[in-house]
Amino acid sequence: MNRFEYARPATLAEAVAAGAVPGAAYLAGGTNLMDLMKGGVMHPGHLVDISRLPGLDRIEWLSDGGVRIGALVRNADLAHETKFARQFPAVAEALLSGASAQLRNAATVGGNLLQRTRCAYFYDTASACNKRNPGAGCDAVGGENRLHAILGWSEHCIATNPSDFCVPLTALDAVVELQGPAGRRAIPLETFHLLPGSTPERETMMQQGELITAVCLPAEAARFAGNARYLKIRERTSYAFAVVSAAAALRLDGETIVEARIALGGVALKPWRPRTAEAMLAGARPDPAVFNRAAETALAGAKASGDNAFKIELARRIVVRALALAAAGTPERVPALPASPFAGAITHA
Amino acid sequence: MGLSITLTINGARRAITLDDPRVTLLDLLRERLDLTGTKKGCDRGQCGACTVLLDGRRVNSCLALALSHDGADIVTIEGVAPGGQLHPVQAAFIAHDGFQCGFCTPGQIMSAIGMIREGQNWGSGAGDDPERVREAMSGNLCRCGAYVGITEAVLDAQRAIAEASRRDAA
Ligand SMILES: Cc1cc2nc3c(=O)[nH]c(=O)nc-3n(C[C@H](O)[C@H](O)[C@H](O)COP(=O)(O)OP(=O)(O)OC[C@H]3O[C@@H](n4cnc5c(N)ncnc54)[C@H](O)[C@@H]3O)c2cc1C
Ligand code: SF4
Ligand code: FES
Ligand code: FES
Repeated sequence: MNRFEYARPATLAEAVAAGAVPGAAYLAGGTNLMDLMKGGVMHPGHLVDISRLPGLDRIEWLSDGGVRIGALVRNADLAHETKFARQFPAVAEALLSGASAQLRNAATVGGNLLQRTRCAYFYDTASACNKRNPGAGCDAVGGENRLHAILGWSEHCIATNPSDFCVPLTALDAVVELQGPAGRRAIPLETFHLLPGSTPERETMMQQGELITAVCLPAEAARFAGNARYLKIRERTSYAFAVVSAAAALRLDGETIVEARIALGGVALKPWRPRTAEAMLAGARPDPAVFNRAAETALAGAKASGDNAFKIELARRIVVRALALAAAGTPERVPALPASPFAGAITHA
Repeated sequence: MGLSITLTINGARRAITLDDPRVTLLDLLRERLDLTGTKKGCDRGQCGACTVLLDGRRVNSCLALALSHDGADIVTIEGVAPGGQLHPVQAAFIAHDGFQCGFCTPGQIMSAIGMIREGQNWGSGAGDDPERVREAMSGNLCRCGAYVGITEAVLDAQRAIAEASRRDAA
């Protein structure tokens, strides 16, 4: 790990000023940043500890029914907040399917949004990586890439965004609130993360010094509460990143879908929202043939970036299954194995 | 800001001066305070061997920057059996053979203690469902594969702790 100057500003304004210094990074829970610094992947000269900034660790219910989640709320606290989990069950399920209980206790909402890709070549400083070292090339192309992107990738970077939390948030129209040297602004999560194009080193819409203060969900997002699920395929049942995941949420009127929301994880460098597929579902009946057509549409533009053509078919099936699970209704309690296709299906007698 | 911090470790307040900002809570405990019960497996958040309670919550001490936790209350495996009376989780691990080599055990025990507290605080308890216990303990790897005994031990300890608190309340 590189040496760094450590500071723990007392106010948001001081934090923003300290974070605007070139080479500065914010430290929240540290579960991603410490890991990357230990590996020499990130080497900030200044570490600006925001973990105790006042006022950012609250879940606020807005008068219009929406919710504002402070950037320092811990992943575990959000997932276990009763009212939140009841209104946004797919978000709670996604959070509980991520990492481990220890990590969720430390990880923050803001840090989760900004966690970096798990591409092994990004982590390995001996490999060429355009994200770490713009212009160096990308060793994942033609390398070990069965877990890489199938949507929105470029030959400059084929990595994926690893966050589970961001997937249902994107489906539910979450908005990210930022505070920076130039003031405050809000950006829809759907457009917050950038596709790689020819500048994979640019990952989000944020500018140096900007700080995430909160993530907001609109009141409308709670209308899906009765039919909202997250489904995550992993290479082991727990404590693993998604190979492919999907959030599905439906608003039903009897046997008719009034509105549908879908987002995919593990497929692109950002949570993927297939809006055309969503639109196809409005007015339709929630049945397998309809879900199949929507899933075909959702993956229509998918293309293997290496040894990962299987992910296209897998993603298609996961969308169908997530929609079917959503149609069947949100369970009373988050399943014993959150977001697992095996939930309730396996026993270890 | 200097590199001086204060931590309460296993009930005792300690003033600590660091010569380097990079020290993790794990290295502080093991290398500087001679509390070697907390283990270093991966040093990257992947194994759970370094689990401690930080302000009552289980976390991976290898990913916690010591400076960032100035003022915190830390409990390690050395602090769970004051006076030599085994913690119910420790006793259950012995009763159920919840280990083989023992390397992961301090982390497993701290994680189980944290898990049982979470159940009490959040009402998110595993109850008597072994699937929920396995899921809640999945952040702790055991390379000896003592998982069957670990799950039984955690279920048993949970029952013992619930019973004891019922007795206390009565
Ligand atoms: C072994 C392991 C398994 C994991 N498995 C999963 C998984 O299955 N699913 C999943 O989704 N995640 C998983 N994670 C990732 C985990 O969710 C993230 O590490 C965590 O959410 C990051 O939050 P943090 O507060 O610790 O961030 P930090 O590590 O403190 O920060 C991460 C980044 O965000 C920046 N940052 C943090 N907060 C702010 C803010 N408010 N404003 C501006 N910048 C900020 C930091 O500068 C840094 O670049 C796993 C992690 C590990 C180590
Ligand atoms: S896929 Fe992206 S992150 Fe991975 S090596 Fe290539 S440029 Fe780097
Ligand atoms: S040593 Fe901390 S998780 Fe492995
Ligand atoms: S007892 Fe040996 S690693 Fe768990």
